[in-house]
Amino acid sequence: MTEATVEVATKPRRARREGRTAFFLLVPAVVVVLGVVGWPLVTTVLNSFRRVESALPKAPKPFVGLHNYAYILSDSDFWNAVRNTLYFTFFNTGLELILGVGLGVLMFQPMRGRWLLRVAVILPWALPTVVNAAMWRYYMNADYGPLNAFLVQTGLRQDYYSFLGSGTSAMNSVILVDVWKNTSLVAFFVLAGLQVIPKELYESAEIDGAGALRRFWSITLPLLRPVLAVVLVLRTIEAFKVFDVIYVMTRGGPASSTTSLALYAYKTAFSDQLFGIGSAISLVIVLFCLSLSLFYIRALGGSMGPEQS
Amino acid sequence: MHRVRWWVYVIAAVVIFIALAPIVWLAIASVTPSAALLEKPLHFFPAQIDLSRWRAIFTQGQNSPAGAFRIAMLNSLIIAFGTVVISLLVGIPGAYAFSRLRFRGRRTALMSFLATYMVPTIALVIPLYLIMANLHLLNTRIGLIIVYSSFVTPFVLWSLSNYMDGVPRELDEAATIDGAGRLRILWSVLLPLTRPGIFAAILFATLLCWDEFLYALIFTSTTASKTIPVAVAEFSGKFSTDFGLVAAGGVLAALPPVFIALAFQRYLVAGLVSGAVKG
Amino acid sequence: MSDLFSSALSRRTFLSGALAVGAGATLAACSSSGSGGSASSSPSAATSSAAGAATGTINALFMKQAGYSEDHVRAMTTAFQAANPGATVNLEFVPYEALHDKIVAASAAGTYDLVLVDVIWPAEFATKGLVTDITDRIPSTWSNDVLAGALDSGLYQGKYYAVPWLLDTKYFFANKDMLTKAGVDPASLGTWDGVTAAAQSIKTKLGMKYPLIWSWPQSESVICDWAVLTASMGGKLFDDNGQPAFTAGGALQALEFMRKTIVDGITNPSSTQSAEDDVRKVISAGDAAMGLNWTYMYAAANDPKQSKVANQITISPVPSGGSGQISVNGSMAMAITSGAQNPDAAWAFAEYLSSEKLQEQYVTDSLPIWKASYDNPDVVKSAPDVVAAAKVQLGQMVNRPQVANYNAVSAKLQEAVQKALIGDLPVQQALDNANTEVQKLLTA
Repeated sequence: MTEATVEVATKPRRARREGRTAFFLLVPAVVVVLGVVGWPLVTTVLNSFRRVESALPKAPKPFVGLHNYAYILSDSDFWNAVRNTLYFTFFNTGLELILGVGLGVLMFQPMRGRWLLRVAVILPWALPTVVNAAMWRYYMNADYGPLNAFLVQTGLRQDYYSFLGSGTSAMNSVILVDVWKNTSLVAFFVLAGLQVIPKELYESAEIDGAGALRRFWSITLPLLRPVLAVVLVLRTIEAFKVFDVIYVMTRGGPASSTTSLALYAYKTAFSDQLFGIGSAISLVIVLFCLSLSLFYIRALGGSMGPEQS
Repeated sequence: MHRVRWWVYVIAAVVIFIALAPIVWLAIASVTPSAALLEKPLHFFPAQIDLSRWRAIFTQGQNSPAGAFRIAMLNSLIIAFGTVVISLLVGIPGAYAFSRLRFRGRRTALMSFLATYMVPTIALVIPLYLIMANLHLLNTRIGLIIVYSSFVTPFVLWSLSNYMDGVPRELDEAATIDGAGRLRILWSVLLPLTRPGIFAAILFATLLCWDEFLYALIFTSTTASKTIPVAVAEFSGKFSTDFGLVAAGGVLAALPPVFIALAFQRYLVAGLVSGAVKG
Repeated sequence: MSDLFSSALSRRTFLSGALAVGAGATLAACSSSGSGGSASSSPSAATSSAAGAATGTINALFMKQAGYSEDHVRAMTTAFQAANPGATVNLEFVPYEALHDKIVAASAAGTYDLVLVDVIWPAEFATKGLVTDITDRIPSTWSNDVLAGALDSGLYQGKYYAVPWLLDTKYFFANKDMLTKAGVDPASLGTWDGVTAAAQSIKTKLGMKYPLIWSWPQSESVICDWAVLTASMGGKLFDDNGQPAFTAGGALQALEFMRKTIVDGITNPSSTQSAEDDVRKVISAGDAAMGLNWTYMYAAANDPKQSKVANQITISPVPSGGSGQISVNGSMAMAITSGAQNPDAAWAFAEYLSSEKLQEQYVTDSLPIWKASYDNPDVVKSAPDVVAAAKVQLGQMVNRPQVANYNAVSAKLQEAVQKALIGDLPVQQALDNANTEVQKLLTA
């Protein structure tokens, strides 16, 4: 009884004191982030409500309300880009997550020569995206691509295949190329997450007679949730902003079948110099990412879950 | 732990092949004569070795794209190092605040940080250019370090606060009872326990900088400041590309992160917590 | 009254005097280039390269691997600075991919005085106010002395915005050994009908799967080839009033021709993902017999280090589709930015770089913009086959549509052309759709 009253009484004061500590601990991060992106962010938001057709400061920038947003919503290219981006994000993140968890668990096994596996897994990740995309664009070439040579010489295919020739195939190829590189990221985070799972849990589960699969479902996966939330949100954001790999591999072709939202924003803002509309597209990307992230966080918990108290 | 079954080794071998084969062949392509790269059927092991691209990278002048690549490697290393140090210095205290302290607007604050990470580079690059120009930060490594810190920090905050959530609170609460101050707890209790997470974050942050293309492309155009992705982009002319040179650059670019990972792998995988929880 | 008259007269004399001075300067430039002395710092060239010696700092943005190598551009710059001791030039080099975006991003900050621009950008940059009108600076003699196509690289709505520098156009390349083996008379390749007939015989007689390879990916490259075919078939993508004209006539015929070569199995279907360099590579590998490409391919495809068919590749003007052997202008030029701190010095530098003497000195990097150079034995000697083809082709180039939002228009056209080439849509329908989209862009 008395203990409970004391706790209730001290709670707000403690929260206030912790609030002040938190403030001081967070100020440096706020400076580093907002000091750089603060003003550009404000400009982007403002420009999304203006007609801006030149980068020059003296160019007129009339306020147009929601016109830029109305424009993109009525543009078939925008919806095409939305479809492509959602497709890319869904399959890219899904594959990376499934393969990444498997790979993380694999790397966790006390195998002999484990370092070789870890080096092999890290190498694709270490290759800069620009190089990775250029490499696969070359490997997948329909006329002289080494991947085609490999498939034909090992008898897996009769003939050279045009990976980037048709819409679906090009999109899937781009997804696979990105998965090949970025699954490592998921795997290493999973590996780090596995370190904090107490071994005792497995031991007692084993005594209870739980099989390996059962242990994975009921111990590993639930305890990996915070880590999975991080990588899922991270990869979703990155996938939703996908630009470099598509720019280098297909330029959004053939027939715009791989044009992502970020590529569409880039073409609008840079090639066409329609900065107002480009800003609006960028903010739409943020909105999409934000809602997807919130959804995952709700589902998976972690720091962003319900307030701990 | 258990003995590892044979089929686990088989899976590992398949994974190693899928991950390594394209890169091994990248290395082979870098010493294959240009004409032989176009052969059909392709000979995966060339009859002749052509070291010209490697010679170009290591001996040509800085004004040639190949020679500039050497400097770009150094630039990328410095920029990645600077960015990681800054982001960790400001990110770790912040992550601690998000994970261990209760304050109003905590979730909103964390989400706001994450939201800045969601804005596509394309939207920010032109207003940022103006700022960088006014501060004379164009064509400098410091400029890129500042810009990169702005998107690496939210990531560090986000991933580390989540990782700290996974570390049982009883451990630092026990230390509070022992009378240790917050900073002491963070330093001597939480940080050692978070080590695998921190090293995963370091690795990821390094690679974010390693990878970044658009900012570097627009903000740097001198050899003294260009990074690896930009240097590789310069291997392509308006129309022509020597894939062998891209391959040589790619192989070189992939090495430093691997060394970093190898150096840190002890920390990345050290089973720290299992022992600690028992205590 | 008389006062008025005399003042008018004096003004007129002043003007003619100024003109004379200008002409004198140009003459001096010509004679100094005619004497063709050694490269650098002849002081007479220095004074003549501008109305006075250039002074101040010039920040210039150039392109990596732009015909002229970075080392050569730096050497030219050193020579310019030696001749203009008051001038300092800061050079920056970026890949072609970055050039456009860099110019756009830097425009607000006024980072550069002089920038290299692609032939398709002056309209856009002029309407956005990023580059300045230099019509008044261009010497009147240039209209006679400089190749018309080169000078037009900087032209938009009757005004000049750029100094021509890197001249390029597409040529027709063929493997002469394959032609001989298939019994094709090289003279028959002067028309597109001859080319398709040749491709058919190579396909049947040599068993080559796809004798033709093109660069038709979703990028500017596909517009270049379409523009070549359209012009050679007597059509236009846009009419003289800047209105779309691509849904009928030569443009429609050209796209139907392109699609038909794919359907007939003489064009490699991977053309829809191939860039210019893939064309070079496929022909160099001996996997195709003919194709269009820029000048650079001639040297590369005949180099034994890079090619399996070295010394078999010929260069010639593009075939005719009934309306002449017309190719597309792929030049690059130097523009003075609107934020330039030092426009006069920038002009002097640009004029110096594009001068006849300097361009002839570095002829192995890029062909000169000057008509007279093509009769200069030293120039001809540098690459006889290329110069012979260039002499014909550079006089017959068409520009891509010079509309203000060309990039957006081109993007719509690229998509439509690709849909037609892949077979997603019938040619006419794809172009009609594109027309609707382009009309929207033009009125927006």
